[in-house]
Amino acid sequence: MADQKRTQTAGADAAPTREAEEGEGRVAPGAASSHELLRIRGLKTTFHSHHSLVKAVRGVDLTVYDGDFLAVVGESGSGKSVTMKSVMGIMPDNADVEADELTFDGRDMLAMSDEQRRCMRGPDMAMIFQDPMTSLDPVKTIGNHLREVLKRHRGITGKRADEEAIRVLGQVGIPSPEQRLKQYPHEFSGGMRQRVLIAMALCCQPRLLIADEPTTALDVTIQAQILELLQRLGKEMGMSVVLITHDLGVVASLCNRVAVMYGGLIMETGTVRDIFYRPCHPYTRALLGAVPNPNESRTGRLESIPGSAPSLIDPPDGCPFAERCSFTSPACTRGIPDFIDYATGQRARCVFSSDELDAKQEGRK
Amino acid sequence: MAKYIARRLLIAIPLLLVITIIVFLLIHAAPYDAIDAMTNPKMSQETIDAIRARYGYDKPVWVQYFAWLGGILQGNFGYSIVSKTSISEQLAVRIPNTILLVLPSYLVAYVLAIVLGLVAGSHRGGKADHVIDGIASVLIAVPSFWLAMLLIFVFGYLLRWLPIVGMQTVGDGSFVDVLRHYILPFVTLTIAFLPDNLRYVRSSTITQITQDYVVVQQAFGAKRSEIMFRHVCRNVLGPILTRLGMALPMLVTGAIITETIFSWPGVGPYFMTAIKGMDYPVIMSILILSSALVILGNLLADVLNALADPRIRQGVIA
Amino acid sequence: MAAAQMTAAQAGVPKAGKPKRQWTRASAAWSAFKHDKSAIVSITMLVIIVIACLIAPLLPIDPNATDVAHRLAGPSAQHIFGTDQLGRDYFVRTLYGGRVSLLVGLLAMLTSLVIGIVVGTVAGLVGGFVDGLLMRIVDILSSVPWLVLVTVVSVFLKPGLTSIILVIGLFSWMEIARLVRTETQAIKGRDFVQYAQLCGVSRTKVIMRHVIPSALPTIITASTTSLASAIMTESSLSFLGVGVQQPMSSWGSMLQDSQAYMQNDILMAIIPGLLIVIVIFAFNKLGNVMRVFADPQVMSGERD
Repeated sequence: MADQKRTQTAGADAAPTREAEEGEGRVAPGAASSHELLRIRGLKTTFHSHHSLVKAVRGVDLTVYDGDFLAVVGESGSGKSVTMKSVMGIMPDNADVEADELTFDGRDMLAMSDEQRRCMRGPDMAMIFQDPMTSLDPVKTIGNHLREVLKRHRGITGKRADEEAIRVLGQVGIPSPEQRLKQYPHEFSGGMRQRVLIAMALCCQPRLLIADEPTTALDVTIQAQILELLQRLGKEMGMSVVLITHDLGVVASLCNRVAVMYGGLIMETGTVRDIFYRPCHPYTRALLGAVPNPNESRTGRLESIPGSAPSLIDPPDGCPFAERCSFTSPACTRGIPDFIDYATGQRARCVFSSDELDAKQEGRK
Repeated sequence: MAKYIARRLLIAIPLLLVITIIVFLLIHAAPYDAIDAMTNPKMSQETIDAIRARYGYDKPVWVQYFAWLGGILQGNFGYSIVSKTSISEQLAVRIPNTILLVLPSYLVAYVLAIVLGLVAGSHRGGKADHVIDGIASVLIAVPSFWLAMLLIFVFGYLLRWLPIVGMQTVGDGSFVDVLRHYILPFVTLTIAFLPDNLRYVRSSTITQITQDYVVVQQAFGAKRSEIMFRHVCRNVLGPILTRLGMALPMLVTGAIITETIFSWPGVGPYFMTAIKGMDYPVIMSILILSSALVILGNLLADVLNALADPRIRQGVIA
Repeated sequence: MAAAQMTAAQAGVPKAGKPKRQWTRASAAWSAFKHDKSAIVSITMLVIIVIACLIAPLLPIDPNATDVAHRLAGPSAQHIFGTDQLGRDYFVRTLYGGRVSLLVGLLAMLTSLVIGIVVGTVAGLVGGFVDGLLMRIVDILSSVPWLVLVTVVSVFLKPGLTSIILVIGLFSWMEIARLVRTETQAIKGRDFVQYAQLCGVSRTKVIMRHVIPSALPTIITASTTSLASAIMTESSLSFLGVGVQQPMSSWGSMLQDSQAYMQNDILMAIIPGLLIVIVIFAFNKLGNVMRVFADPQVMSGERD
């Protein structure tokens, strides 16, 4: 589709231009700073099994700036978790990770040895996961977990490690941390365990914290507390946060930027404001429903879209969303569409521009 | 912890009593009894009755049971019908011989199983795993008696390196002689104990390695070796210790086949002779002994498991 | 974790309807089989051995015809496995021994299957005290050394093929009972079973129509493994002289006989043993392949 030159006349605030890549040196609007912390270009992750290849991530471009609170949104199987795990370098052996470019703070991660990559996990980037119930080693105390990390990444041992562990547990809001240190994971509630994991991450003082659906397994009341904690800590410690979620309701209040994923591809990126007020991709629109309004307290649960996610064993040639999209045209199945860049800084991977979509919708009424 | 053990013991005691009752009733229902062993058809009915009364066999069943139970508790298992010798005395000689054979070979197999199982499980699908798992799945299909036969043929008949019968040469009680007799049964038993344990360790390692906490540890920059030794091993340990406890009855009945083939003077040949001669008191004594060890072994397994896993210690999971 | 869940979800396995799911399972199992060379080789050999044993009576050689002049002879054109201590053709005797070994294994497996399914479904469906009691029995029976149990009980039964089959079956159903119980408990909670019960469908009907069919893949898998261990148990018992009795012989009792002639004719000791190893190995492999059928997640690396 790249050679298919198109001239667009569109609204002043949304003049779309076709570009194969995000403009060099151009900072995405809404970014917290101009310093690129993590730069991902053309990331592909494929799982091998006896009889099939699963293309879980099929070419993801994403940039995280210093101080960003970026949300990666998508339904399960969209490749959001796999993307971030691939960046971390913690994929199982049967997964193949390729990328055109992968840099952290200007350092080329593709050129690094496994050992160098390992050393990055912790002090540079740490990750917490969905299910806090199973994320901690059941036969080790909380103190053990924290001390191990402190020793490895900051060389703190003995009494000082205990003091630091107690301080960090206090920081993440765990009451009476001195006693808690000696307890085992099963003595903690789910919310408390997620706090312990966040504390483990804080012990490393990472520059980037990836939180993979950190609240999915928790009660609704606890969810808000954990997310607020993440937001506060991000600000206090100058830590960038990538929040992987399938819950758009969570995104609006916390993040500054959003990336929407579907079928192993990024479908749309932009600031929270733009994504909510002016979604440019039919998938994002479907997620948000007809009237996107972040002030209206509603959670855009993703299950509401008819149809199911495409097979990643033999993904369709065209746009992965074509099958479920209400704007599908023959062009949609001819190769994966390129991004359209909008003046707002939004980018959407759709053959139609936002205006064209609006016009189609109007026409239907 | 003490409370935990006490509770387990309280469950174990009635269970043991039930087993003794079942075993006693089995002996009682058997077509012959100890009196038949002490009498012969030429004796008059009066004499037989007198003997019966002398040994208390004319009393009601429950009185006999308590007398028998009392005997067992004092270590008196009664007499063999066939050889008329004291079962306790026989067992006192034979059990140490069996332990001498079973304990070292089980421990060697156990340690080998842990090492190989961890290596295979942590390199799942790799070359080491293929080789180790392949060997284990072949060994699991090899009957231990056939293995013993092959060893006897190669080392006993063909090469004539090692003796194949008994525990020592008559008139030669030297350590080297016993050692030479020891090698073949030891090797047979070690190989017989290995594959089951090995597969168990391998599959629990694989289970542990796919647990979430392993990925979390990776995400916090832990080295592969750190994850293996500090976390995976520690978690695999619990169930493996359980297995060690469960293996307690093996000390008596773990080598019946091997001992029989090599005529090792342990419990095995004694038991097999008793089976073929319908020697109930002997059979039942061994049955009681191994059931008691099963229950003790379960108890030991629970305790070991609780020591390894705080969740069990605190009664969170069973 | 999430990654593996995803592969399963995207492979479309859980989403597809029932016929498609069966097909995917079969193809997953077939693929597991195709990629396992030792499985192909051993299962092919198993098929050949089973067929040979089945057609043995059609062969023109009498397994009991003695020829003392040619006793303990080595392999020749006339006797391809040589002869035994009475000059009987060892090849045909091996096949007849295999018939006994396989028959005992099969029937003992069926016995344990019946007991295991009954105990498992009752424990799973009834629950509560009955479940606790049955599972306690299962625990104890499976921890007492099997050889002791089996030999003790065999003393009380009249020696013969039936009692060997019964004895082996009586003490090997525990694993199947455990598996069936787990399956039953899972199925009991499913909507369609609860619906059927609400509609007043009788319990037996629910079991026959829903519970057993759903547990079938697990049962089939467990039965191959159970068959292998039954053959092993029979051969050990016969080797110890408390199993198959003269004039009948199985691979185990042939090995016992061969002990005395090992120095002169090692082939007599090697052939039946090798056949036992091949058959048990192959049934275990078959069990592995079946496990992929019963639980396709085994393949995607989630479980082992």
